[in-house]
Formats: sequence, structure tokens, C-alpha cells
Amino acid sequence: MKKFFFVFLIAFLTACSSLPTGTERSPADPWEPFNRSIFSFNEGLDDYVLKPITEGYRFVLPKLVREGISNFFSNYRDIYTALNNLLQGNIDLAFSDLMRVMVNTIFGLGGTIDMATPAGLEKHTADFGQTFGVWGVPSGPYVVLPFFGPSSVRDTFGTAADLESDYLFSFVSNIGLRNTITGIRVVNARNNYFEAGELVEGAAIDKYSFLRDSYIQRRQYQIDKAKQGEETKPPVYENMYE
Amino acid sequence: MNFLMKKVFYGIAFFSMQFLAQLVFAQAGVGGLPPEPATPDGLIKMVVSDVMSAVKADPEIQKGNIPRVVDLVEKKIVPYTNMTKTTQLAMGRNWNKASPEQQAQLIAEFKMLLIRTYSGALSQLRDQTIQYKPLRASPDDLDVVVRTVVLGRADPVPLDYRLEKTTNGWKVYDINIMGAWLIESYRNQFSNQINQNGVDGLIQFLRDRNKALAGPKSN
Repeated sequence: MKKFFFVFLIAFLTACSSLPTGTERSPADPWEPFNRSIFSFNEGLDDYVLKPITEGYRFVLPKLVREGISNFFSNYRDIYTALNNLLQGNIDLAFSDLMRVMVNTIFGLGGTIDMATPAGLEKHTADFGQTFGVWGVPSGPYVVLPFFGPSSVRDTFGTAADLESDYLFSFVSNIGLRNTITGIRVVNARNNYFEAGELVEGAAIDKYSFLRDSYIQRRQYQIDKAKQGEETKPPVYENMYE
Repeated sequence: MNFLMKKVFYGIAFFSMQFLAQLVFAQAGVGGLPPEPATPDGLIKMVVSDVMSAVKADPEIQKGNIPRVVDLVEKKIVPYTNMTKTTQLAMGRNWNKASPEQQAQLIAEFKMLLIRTYSGALSQLRDQTIQYKPLRASPDDLDVVVRTVVLGRADPVPLDYRLEKTTNGWKVYDINIMGAWLIESYRNQFSNQINQNGVDGLIQFLRDRNKALAGPKSN
């Protein structure tokens, strides 16, 4: 961890990027120069370390195995999704998530096969950042976290809470095994994002602002949905004829 | 007099041929577009199932043959979209700063960018199913959102379409993937590019990007 911190610090100090000329300051992103340098750091980390490892992972493991691994960790996350849905007041969703965990663990070979979705139990996503948002905590300025990527002030605390509460694997006594599990978790997450990542490469004119604007929208959408069911409203565009 | 009679005759003949052709085509559903459902969610259902069955039936597309996908999109999706409105809204205040030729170029290049970018996703459609959420709109609404969820092996992907009612029927002008609206995501990008390099700069950027996406990416 300490090593990581110093690498990040050095990268930040040497690559403190200024804004590209002509960029309008977004009111949601007052710390943009700082965020852009962390973003560059993350991109470097991804290009030189994470993506090559993930490509190797995709090459070596057959699709079925990758899916099994993904289902296993997804099932594990469902425990925390249930917890967060409960904290958000969505009791029925929390109950459904717990059912998912039970069905998948018992009938899905320890979670490696997703039996719950075909059975009609939808998968939800809920994390602490979302929960804080549902509780009314405003998001605060946009923040790019080293390694974790797009976030906000509120969601940074959310991520910290997620990491702190995620201790079930700490019951694994063998440190080497625990670290391997964490490593596979990271690569699995990157793999799940793989095709979407390729798409962003082509679609974005400026990857930083594209990811930022998509993230802010998506976060708000998740929180609105958790608060009021399906009542989200589409954005109102200014009349360009005025 | 003779000449005028000829003209009238040919006019009537031409008109009746058109009329008959429309009748034939409408019934057979051949050549032109299939008859359009009257409701926005009916339209989306039709287009989506049409596209999905086309992808599943075409091994070339599944291999990632980009010109084939572009062709599919042009034929089966574009007629139901309003790219002009999409581009206008993404440009925002800068739309009026562009000349008509620039506007036409922007629409064309933005459309190509979206097609090329998302054709990769299209070519990977395999056995996903689409779940349609109930439509929350009154019958006389002119702007509706059709909500769907794409279910497959991975996490469910919420996918919403925003349509407006035009004289030519319902047209899609915005798409929401997992909570992010397309137009909203491109607005800042467009305005930043224009601030840096002007409208021509944006057009050139889109053109270069489209060339790159079309180029060496073979499967």
C-alpha cells in the first residue's frame, strides 16, 4: 500500500496536467486539473498493467471459467447489495437480493452459476455511495480516485465504507490465498468492463470528460431510482432556437 | 390540346402506378419499410426484434464485419431516428454558429461516429433478451421515454430510448445506457472541441475519428 501511495504521489507531481486549451470549466468539476492528472495516472496503470493482465486472463481462461469466476464474486457482492438496499429502505429489494445469494450459493455451486436470474430474481447494484446519496448526502465535487477511477466526495466515503465492510474474505487465514483472491477480483472486474471500455475508446472525443459526465449522470440515475422507483425524468434541453 | 391530354394521361397513369405500388408494398412488406406501429413502444419492439434477428441470422455480422453492421444500421435503425435533432441538441448554443453546410456535415459525421462506435456492441448480440418496462406516457404525449432492460450473461443493462412524435411517425433522438443519456454525454465534449478548434475543428476531429474506426480494425 505504501509503495502504491508513493508511486501515485510521484506521478501526480510530475504529471500535474493543466486543462486542454478551451475547456470550459464544469461546475460539477472544480478540481479538474487535479482530477486530470490522477486520470492520466490511472490510464497509464491500465494501459501498462491492468489491461495486459486482463487480456492474458481472457486468453488463458475459457469463457465458461471466466463467467463462473464473475458469478462467484457477483454473488458475494449481492450480500452487500442486500445490506445497502436495506439501509436505503428498499426492504423488498433487500429480501430479493438475499434470496439470490441463497439460491446461487446452494443451487449454483457456491455462486459460480447464476440460477437466480433465470428464476426471476433480478440483479441489483447498491453500494454505500448510493446509500449515502439516498440518505440525502449531496455528491460534492467530482473526484477521480487513484485506481478506482471516477468518484465524488460522497462516493469516496462510500468506497471507503465498501472496502471497510468487505471483510468476509479476511476469514481466509492464508495470506497468499487471500491476496490471490483479491488479485482475481480486480482482474475479474476489469474483464467485466472490457468491451464497454473498448467502446468508450471509440465513442469519446475526450475520454476524461466523457467518463466524468457519464459517471455523474449514472450516479444520479441510480440514486433517483433507489429513492423513488422508476420515476426518473429525462433531461430538459434548452430551446436552441432562442 | 393533344399535348395537354397526353400529359394528363401520363399523370394519371403515373399516379395510379404509385398508388398500386404502395398498396402492393404495404401488404407484402417488401422493398420498403415494414408498416410502422402506432405506439412508440410498439415501434421500439419492432425495430429491436428486427435488428436482433438480423444479427443472429448473419454470421458475418457476428464476426465483426463493420461495413455489414453499418449497412444493417442504415437500413433498419436510421429510418426511425432523428439525427438532426440529436446533433442539434448535442451542439447546444453552438448549433446556430454553424453554417448550413457545416450543420449537414456535423449531422453526417456524428451519425457515422455513433454507428461505428456502437456497431461493435451490436455485433456481439447473441442470446440476450429484452425486457420492456410498462410505458409511462399519456396517449397524447409528444415526447416519451421507452424503457427496456437488456438481459444476458452479464449484469442487466438498462437501455432507454427517447422518442418524439413527428409528422413521419415516432423518431428516436436520444438513448440512455445505464443511466447516462447520449446527448448529455456529448454536449461538453462538443463545446470543448469547438472552443479549442471551432466548428470546423470539430468536424475534422469527427472525420478523423471515423476514419480511424473504419480503418485497420479488422475483427
